[in-house]
Amino acid sequence: MADYIHGATGEWEVVIGLEIHAQVTSEAKLFSGASTTFGAEPNSQVSFVCCAMPGMLPVINAECIRQAVRTGLAIGCKINLRSVFDRKNYFYADLPQGYQISQFKDPIVGEGTVVIDLPDGQTKIIGVERLHLEQDAGKSMHDQHPSQTYVDLNRSGVALMEIVSMPDMRSAAEAGAYFRKIRTLVRYVGTCDGNMEQGSMRADVNVSVRRPGAELGTRTETKNINSIRYMMQVIDYEARRQVDILEQGGQIHQETRQFDPATGTTSGLRSKEEAHDYRYFPDPDLLPLEFTQAFVDDLAKTLPELPDDKKNRLIADLGLSEYNAGVLVAEKENADYFEELLELLVKKTGKTPTELATQAANWVIMDLFGALKKFSKSISDSPVSTVDGAELLALQIGGTISGRIAKDVFEIMLESGKNPEQIVEEKGLKQMSDSGELEAIIDAVLADHPDKVEQYRAGKDKLFGFFVGQVMKKTRGQANPQMVNQLLRPRLDG
Amino acid sequence: MSVDKKTVAKIADLARIAVKEDELAPMAGELNNILDWIAQLSEVNTDDVAPMTSVVEVDLPWRDDKVTDGGYRDDILANAPAARHGFFTVPKVIE
Repeated sequence: MADYIHGATGEWEVVIGLEIHAQVTSEAKLFSGASTTFGAEPNSQVSFVCCAMPGMLPVINAECIRQAVRTGLAIGCKINLRSVFDRKNYFYADLPQGYQISQFKDPIVGEGTVVIDLPDGQTKIIGVERLHLEQDAGKSMHDQHPSQTYVDLNRSGVALMEIVSMPDMRSAAEAGAYFRKIRTLVRYVGTCDGNMEQGSMRADVNVSVRRPGAELGTRTETKNINSIRYMMQVIDYEARRQVDILEQGGQIHQETRQFDPATGTTSGLRSKEEAHDYRYFPDPDLLPLEFTQAFVDDLAKTLPELPDDKKNRLIADLGLSEYNAGVLVAEKENADYFEELLELLVKKTGKTPTELATQAANWVIMDLFGALKKFSKSISDSPVSTVDGAELLALQIGGTISGRIAKDVFEIMLESGKNPEQIVEEKGLKQMSDSGELEAIIDAVLADHPDKVEQYRAGKDKLFGFFVGQVMKKTRGQANPQMVNQLLRPRLDG
Repeated sequence: MSVDKKTVAKIADLARIAVKEDELAPMAGELNNILDWIAQLSEVNTDDVAPMTSVVEVDLPWRDDKVTDGGYRDDILANAPAARHGFFTVPKVIE
């Protein structure tokens, strides 16, 4: 997708790389036994290690290692059996050690690739350069006091995975798709909850521009973006800003910038040049991290079916469309709901999964997701269980209720929480499939509209729909539409 | 490898150590002495020697993922120069 920027002097290509920080799902922190639970009282989840008291030593959390390896496997990366922790030195009020323990030269996870789906239906392969483990810093609050900054160290020392992409993205849409893909993957394998509001996933966005095919330009890095929408705004704004500067004969300076959501713009952080001199060196408190290939293989066995595999299976085995399969696998919970619903539906109707899959997928995506969106609920607290959903579809497929009535029943299910059979029974919504009964109604409709009958017979066959509508109206939507069609046609034509 | 006054000033700044102007030159001399001494080590050929990370044969110890620490905020804040409402407080660090 060549999304070039049209400048005054010609076309420009934007080049994007992302550093995604994903908080590792674990009970305790990376190097201490303090809790990682979100939203606790300030400084209540801080040990003497987390606040860097003299003499305290880090001891690595085994689960954080496993989570990093699982994530690396999910992204299809090389796992490094030996990696090294380094100190990244800088001073900030929420970094009590004066350095962040990170991995610089030898990360736990090396290169890999992910496939992203683009809005136009195309796919693209994006390279991942590495994934490394590091400590999060504490949280500074600048707006609580006129002259003071408040510091909460609860987050200090929580494990993060920094996932660094290659500069392979060429538009905001591609960067958005890549971020979503990484989020989907970490959520599938349960290594990060992907909760962006709580800061569990955030990105540093590297943007540069160049003439199409030319050498890479100088990049800027906009830090700490915690929404995909903001990230896309950063890219569009930065690309335009850089093009304007270059076209006016200016130069781009490699710098760190911040994003202002209120204005959708970025601005340079006032920082001294040497602020980026982190003086990495191996942390003398920690030996190299080593494990065996058998350790990695065992973890690989525990991984669930990954989204790409699931999508291909839904398309190949169940005949779902590319679009439907893509929507369903984007969140593991959605795919799980669909598959459970389909299994129940197969049991109820005795039909094959392939016969039922598309109808079930459409119902989940259109009806159920629509309703969830309306009520701001997620699939995990869906007001309609898979059992009730399958029953509703089974009633429709079995001919007990029409498709139109099914929609009404679904609305009542959402409001009342009752099961569909009960609703159909109580409200008397069963479809009329008795031909004698229907014939009598059809005859009455024809008798009521002799003029229309005449017009129809004179060639205005579009009126057929009118008669169907009248029959449906008389039966309050309960007539079996196929039977109405079958019975009506010979009577009108006759 | 040798350092000059300018390098000493930069390292001091990065380490947030105040070094007076008239101390920079003597400090550069002292650091260069240390560097020269360390440089003697590179006279030894280490081409096929893996870096030694420990003098004893031990592996990095791993810890179970259990919450075993924290929950003593008063102790954490006890030595803080300033604290308020359970937070550390520092002079405002943003423009």
